[in-house]
Amino acid sequence: MYTVNLAIIIPFLAAMIVPIIYKRIKGIHVGWFVFLVSTALFLYLVSYIPNIASGETYLYTFEWIPSYNINFITYLDGLSLIFALLITGIGSLVTIYSIYYLSSEENLSHFYTYLLLFMGAMLGVVFSDNIMVLYVFWELTSISSFLLIAFWYHRKSSRDGAQKSLLITISGGFGMLVGFIMLYVMTGTMSIREMITTISGFHDHPLFIPAMLLILLGAFTKSAQYPFHIWLPTAMEAPTPVSAYLHSATMVKAGIYLVARFTPVFGGELTWFWVVTIVGIITLFWGSFNAIRQTDLKALLAYSTISQLGMIMSMIGISSVALRHGHSMNMVIYTQAAFAAIFHLINHSTFKGALFMVVGIVDHELGTRDIRRLGGLATLMPITFTISIIGSFSMAGLPPFNGFLSKEMFFTSILSVRELHFTSEVWMGLIPVVAWAASILTFVYCMIFVFKTFLGKYQEEKLEHPAHEAPFGMLFSPIVLGLFVILIFFFPNVLGNYVIKPAMYSIFPQLGAEDLGQHVSAWHGFNLELKMTIGVIVFGAFLFIFLRHWKGLYNWILPEKLSFNALYGNSLELIEKVSKIITNSYMTGHLRDYMVYIYIFFIIAVGGTLLNTKAFLFDIEQYSTVTEFEWLITIAMIIAAISMLLVKSRLTAILLNSVLGYGVSIFFVIFRAPDLALTQTVIETVTTVLFLAAYYFLPEWKKEDSKKRSKIVNGIVSVAVGVIFTTIALAVQNGKLFESISSFYENAYELAGATNIVNAILGDFRAFDTMLEVVVLLIAGLGVYTFIKLKARKGDNPLEDK
Amino acid sequence: MKTNNVILRAVVKLVVFIILTLAVYLFLSGHHSPGGGFIGGLVVAAALVLLFVSFDIETVRGAIPFDFKKVAALGAFISVTTGFGSLLFGEPFLSQTFAYFDLPFFGETELTTVTIFEAGVALVVVGVVVTIILSIVEDV
Repeated sequence: MYTVNLAIIIPFLAAMIVPIIYKRIKGIHVGWFVFLVSTALFLYLVSYIPNIASGETYLYTFEWIPSYNINFITYLDGLSLIFALLITGIGSLVTIYSIYYLSSEENLSHFYTYLLLFMGAMLGVVFSDNIMVLYVFWELTSISSFLLIAFWYHRKSSRDGAQKSLLITISGGFGMLVGFIMLYVMTGTMSIREMITTISGFHDHPLFIPAMLLILLGAFTKSAQYPFHIWLPTAMEAPTPVSAYLHSATMVKAGIYLVARFTPVFGGELTWFWVVTIVGIITLFWGSFNAIRQTDLKALLAYSTISQLGMIMSMIGISSVALRHGHSMNMVIYTQAAFAAIFHLINHSTFKGALFMVVGIVDHELGTRDIRRLGGLATLMPITFTISIIGSFSMAGLPPFNGFLSKEMFFTSILSVRELHFTSEVWMGLIPVVAWAASILTFVYCMIFVFKTFLGKYQEEKLEHPAHEAPFGMLFSPIVLGLFVILIFFFPNVLGNYVIKPAMYSIFPQLGAEDLGQHVSAWHGFNLELKMTIGVIVFGAFLFIFLRHWKGLYNWILPEKLSFNALYGNSLELIEKVSKIITNSYMTGHLRDYMVYIYIFFIIAVGGTLLNTKAFLFDIEQYSTVTEFEWLITIAMIIAAISMLLVKSRLTAILLNSVLGYGVSIFFVIFRAPDLALTQTVIETVTTVLFLAAYYFLPEWKKEDSKKRSKIVNGIVSVAVGVIFTTIALAVQNGKLFESISSFYENAYELAGATNIVNAILGDFRAFDTMLEVVVLLIAGLGVYTFIKLKARKGDNPLEDK
Repeated sequence: MKTNNVILRAVVKLVVFIILTLAVYLFLSGHHSPGGGFIGGLVVAAALVLLFVSFDIETVRGAIPFDFKKVAALGAFISVTTGFGSLLFGEPFLSQTFAYFDLPFFGETELTTVTIFEAGVALVVVGVVVTIILSIVEDV
C-alpha cells in the first residue's frame, strides 16, 4: 500500500487534531502527542534501513491529476531516507525540548500545528519524485517557517524576520518553479527518476543552463547561501526549538537535498561545478568571518550555520565532477566529496542542534544570550557546559568528536580540486586556501562560544535571573545529540555503510555500487589534512587570544550601510514606495472609475477577439423568427431599462432592475431552459432583498454632477459594451470561435447515471470547478462578514504600530 | 399609521413550509431533472430570508439557532472532503460514482455520491446568502 505517502500525510492529519487535543485534554501537555507522532514516524523509517542498505528502493505511485502528469509519487531511497530520519528524529528531540522551553501560557496549539505542518511538508519535499508536488511541499516549508518565525508576532522584529525569510525563500522557490517547468519542457516528464535517465540527450538544449541556474537559485535561497544568507540571522527571532529544528537541522538543508538530488541531472557540467562550489566556498568563508563579530549567541550560531551549509554545498559541487566525461575510473575519487558532504550534514545536525538547545537553555534560565553579559557559567551549569564543549569542539573539527572526521574528509576533497585543470593553477590552488582560512575562523568562533559564555568572570548583576542548571527535560535532548556526536566518532562506519552508502547510489546512479562508499578512520597517517588541522588549531588559538586587538577591523571592512541587509532594506522600502504610487494612481476610490476599468478591459479583450477572428459575422436569416409574445416581453424590458435612467427614486430603479431580471427568466422558460429560469428567478429574488437591505446605507439619489469629459467617456463605454454584448449573443450560434463541446457530455447517463446533463457536468465531469467555486463563495461570504462586523471602530489603535 | 403584519405573518408561516418542501424536491431531483444543490440551497435561503423579512431577526434566530457562517464552512468542508473519498478507492480526486439499490418503500432507487457533494454546495449557498444579508441588515 501507499505507506510512504501516508508517512507524509500523517503529520498533516495530526496537525488538524492538535487544536482539538489542546482544547479537550488539559491534563497532558499537547507536545507529547506531537512527540508520539514524530517518534512513531522515526521508528517506522528506521525499519527501512536494512533494506535500503542492501540497495533497495521503494516507489509508490498515487494518481492525482493524471491528465496533467501530476501524480503523488513517493520515492524512498538512501538520500531521502537520511533526510527523513533527520526530520523525524531531530523533530522528536526538539518536541521534548520545546515542552519544557515554552511557557504553558503561550499559544501552544498554534505552535505544534505549525511544527507538524512543517514536518509533513519537509517529508513531502524529500520523498516526492514529481517536481510539481515537490514544489508545492517546498513552498509549504517556507510558509510554515514564516509562521514559526512570527510565532511571537506581537514583536516587530519577529514580523520583520518572518517577512524577510518569506520574501527571499519564496522568490527563490518561484525561480525554481520556472526551472522545473523548463526541465519539463525539455524532457517531457515531471518525474526526477525519468529525467535522470533521459537528460543526457539534452545537454545542448538552450534551456539546459537557464533551468540549472534557476533551480540552483531555489536551492541557494533556501539553504541561505551567499548572498541570500541574510534571512537566516533575522530568522533567529523564532523560539529556540524552531531555530534548532528548522533553521539548522532540517529546512535549511532542503537546498542541499535539492542540489544532491539534481546532481545526476546536471552533474558533470562545468557550470554546475563552478557555481555550486564557488558559492559554497564564499558562503563558508563569509559565514565564519561574520560569526566572530556577533555578540548574540544565536546570531553567532546562525552565521556558523550559514558557513557550515556553504561547506556542505561546496563538497557536493566538487563531487559532481565524478560525472564528467561519462564515468572514467580516475574520476570516481571525487565521489568521496559527496560522501563527506552527507556525513558532515548528519554531524552538523547533531552538534548544531545540541548547541542551539544550549543557547536556548542559557537564554531561558538567565534571560539573556548576549555574550558581553555572560561568563563564568561553567561551574554553575556543568551539564550545559559539557554539552557545549562537545558541540563546539566538534564544530571546530577536533577529536574525539564526529566533526573531526568530516572536517578531515572535507580537507581531502577540497585538496583534490587542485588536480582538476579547469582553469589556471593559481585559481584552483586558491580554493583550498580560502577553505582553510575559513576553518581557522570557524575554530575562533567555536572558542568564543565556549569560553566567553562559560569561562571568565560571572556577572550576576547583568543577568535577569541568577544562573542555575536547567531542568532535566530541557537537558535530555541536547544530551542525546551530544552522545551521538561522540558515538559517531567511534563508530563512523556503521553510519557510513548502512545510511550514507545507499545515499551515494542515489546521487551517482550512473556509477557502479562497488565504486561508492568508503571507509572512515580517525587516524589516517600524518598527512596534509592532519597538518592543516594542526595549523587551524595553532592559528585559531592565536587569533582567539588576540581577538580584541583585531576585532575593530570589522567596522572598517564591513560598514553596516554597505551590507546586503542594507540593500535588502532599501530595496524593500523602494518597492513599497513605488508600488504605493502605482496603486494609488488607479485606485481612486470612485466606483465609476472601477466600472470603467472593468468595461474597457471587456471591450478590448472580447471586442478584440471578435474583430480578430471575424466571429462577429453572423447570418440573421438562419435564425427562427421572433413571435409576438417574445416581442411583448422584449418591449417591456426595453421600457424598464430606459425608464431606469429617468426615474427620481432609488426604490423605483431597484424594482425596474428586477423587471429586467425576471424578464430574462421568462425568456429562459420560453426557450426551454427550465433550470436556468429557476436559478434566475431565485437569484433575482435574493438580490432584490439584498438591494433593499443595503438601501438603508445608500446616499440620497440625486442627479450626478460630473464633468462633461467623464460623461462622454461613460457614454462611449456603455454603448460599446452594449454593442459587443449584443453581437456576442447573436453570433454565438455561428460556431466560429469554438467547437461545440456537448458531444463530450452526451453519454452522461452511462458515465454519471444522470439524465440532467447540466448537473452531471457541475457535479461530476467538472466537479473540481464546482468545488473551487464553492470555496470561493465561502471566502466571499466570510469577506463580507469580516468587512462589516470587524471593521476598526474609531479610536482603535492599529495593531501594526506596536 | 401603525403597520400591521398579521396577514403577512400568517401566510408566511404556511408558505415557508411549501417553499422548503420545494427546496428538498429540487435538491433531490437535480440528478435527472432541473434542480440540484445550488438551486435547492438558494430556495432554502429565500425561504429563510422571507422569514427574516416578515418576522424580526431575533425571533427567527431563536427558532433557527444556527450560526450560518458555520453552516457555510461545514458545506465547503463536505464538498472538499468528498473529493478525497475517491482517493481511498484508488480513483482520481473527486471521482463520483452511482449505483441502484432496492430500498423498502422507495423501490429501486439510484443513490450517488454526487448527492453528498451537492449537499455541501447547498449548505454553502444557504450559509453564505444568509450571512451576507444578515450582516448587512444588522450593521445599523
